[in-house]
Amino acid sequence: MSTNGNKATLTNHDEHKNEQRAVPNGIKLPIYMDNHATTPMDPRVLDEMLPYFMEKFGNAASRNHPFGWVAEEAVELSRERIARLIGATSKEIIFTSGATESDNLAIKGVAEMYREKGNHIITATTEHKAVLDTCKHLEKLGFRVTYLPVQKDGLVDLDDLKRAIGDKTILVTIMAANNEIGVLQPIAEIGKLCRERGVIFHSDAVQAIGKIPIDVNKMNIDVASITAHKLYGPKGAGALYVRRKNPRVQLVAQIDGGGHERGMRSGTLNVPGIAGLGKACAIAQEEMPQESCKIAGLRDRLKDSIMSRLDEVYINGSVEHRLPGNLNISFAYVEGESLLMGINDIAVSSGSACTSATLEPSYVLKALGTGDDLAHSSIRFGIGRFNTEAEIDYVADRVVETVLRLRELSPLYEMAKEGVDLKNVKWAAEAH
Amino acid sequence: MSYSDKVIDHYNRPRNVGSMDKKGADVGTGLVGAPECGDVMKLQIRVNPQTNIIEDAKFKTFGCGSAIASSSLATEWVKGKTVDQALEIKNTEIVKELALPPVKIHCSVLAEDAIRAAIGDWKKKQEAAKPAEVQAAQ
Repeated sequence: MSTNGNKATLTNHDEHKNEQRAVPNGIKLPIYMDNHATTPMDPRVLDEMLPYFMEKFGNAASRNHPFGWVAEEAVELSRERIARLIGATSKEIIFTSGATESDNLAIKGVAEMYREKGNHIITATTEHKAVLDTCKHLEKLGFRVTYLPVQKDGLVDLDDLKRAIGDKTILVTIMAANNEIGVLQPIAEIGKLCRERGVIFHSDAVQAIGKIPIDVNKMNIDVASITAHKLYGPKGAGALYVRRKNPRVQLVAQIDGGGHERGMRSGTLNVPGIAGLGKACAIAQEEMPQESCKIAGLRDRLKDSIMSRLDEVYINGSVEHRLPGNLNISFAYVEGESLLMGINDIAVSSGSACTSATLEPSYVLKALGTGDDLAHSSIRFGIGRFNTEAEIDYVADRVVETVLRLRELSPLYEMAKEGVDLKNVKWAAEAH
Repeated sequence: MSYSDKVIDHYNRPRNVGSMDKKGADVGTGLVGAPECGDVMKLQIRVNPQTNIIEDAKFKTFGCGSAIASSSLATEWVKGKTVDQALEIKNTEIVKELALPPVKIHCSVLAEDAIRAAIGDWKKKQEAAKPAEVQAAQ
């Protein structure tokens, strides 16, 4: 899902001032509400990182002078902080450049290592492209991949998974929380099943870690992908949890070189980024209980405010099994990109084809069985640590006013109100 | 995606939004696109039967900003033209006027289709009406 297509979002800010729309005090435009794409850095994270750019610039692999020792100390502190947040030990944390690399290393690394044991991998259709495209790559190399469908609420059916696991299955990779619809998969149940069947379980947990409690032991997760910029840390810093015992998971390195990270990921460590990731995890651990309540409260306020004022508005994915900060809604009869254009002082995303490079609507929404028409009408709100109640109210007002305006402009809304069943209309569609 | 000022202007102040009675004898209605594709345009014209001049045009569009702008512009351009002149409007002219990027060219194609469909509908009504007039005269 691409972010708000309006390239000039930040500069458009000035244009919006000229429109003299009433902006409540204390709100700064544009409002950022796309926290699944990335999060703003927490200032405390930046403070943690800054010394490692200039005065403590050493290479963490330099073993024979204090510059190296100081850097290594920062790296090891970060490892401990990450491990603590997910119930792991610090030796189980491998640093990477981010989620995509972590997913690649996990899936390709396991596939290559356990090739003799089997060639079957199981994933789900709503996974992130970093997982799906990696699986597709492995298919070309002779691996067999099962893409589990999801139910209407976005959850994987455990019976489907049970049936899919066979003698040749070496890996199940299912995300903890979905990046578009925020739906939480039954990770603990999946982990239990995989453990019983002796299959390695990888979870792309980038949207979940720091937002909801994740415990790799309680949930029987064997490999987990983590990235800093989804939890108020810097971009370009990620990690992979790799289980050391019960069972010990081994990976074939995907980047060869100096043998850093116990040979699993060579390359000089990004010390400032790593320090930031660790700090971000420490803050999340400390503040998650209160923060998730606050964010879920804001999300529900937004949802209620919009849904009480508009008809034919649909939430995509399970409401119950969902990240606190996610709201993904389809506004029937209104095309997503035109809605984004109308609320261009607010940064959100749409599942509309028009906002993607491929001109295809969101494959995640399609996997839920959402019709293409509603997929085109979807908006993802990602509420985060720095959003306020005043912002929520402003966003709700702007969304409602824009949807009403665009519905007045929509021939579909008019037809539906006249009682025409749009499903029975013969559309003279030009071939796209 | 950045929009040209003209697209933004049509999006913020769409011209000729509305509907006409599609049963009206002097009204032609074009409905093109499909909800699954993310664009549906309804373009309507009112034609003076004596002069064949399009005296009024209205539109409603479900689609992105460029689709809304293309159809809004189309209504402006067809007004005051004869139906034959309106049929000469090319999608490339819309692309040029609105500075549409390549991924939005289909919006202009759809607008051209909508003009043709509206005129086609009006013409069909005229032809259907002719024998009736003849009959009425007898």
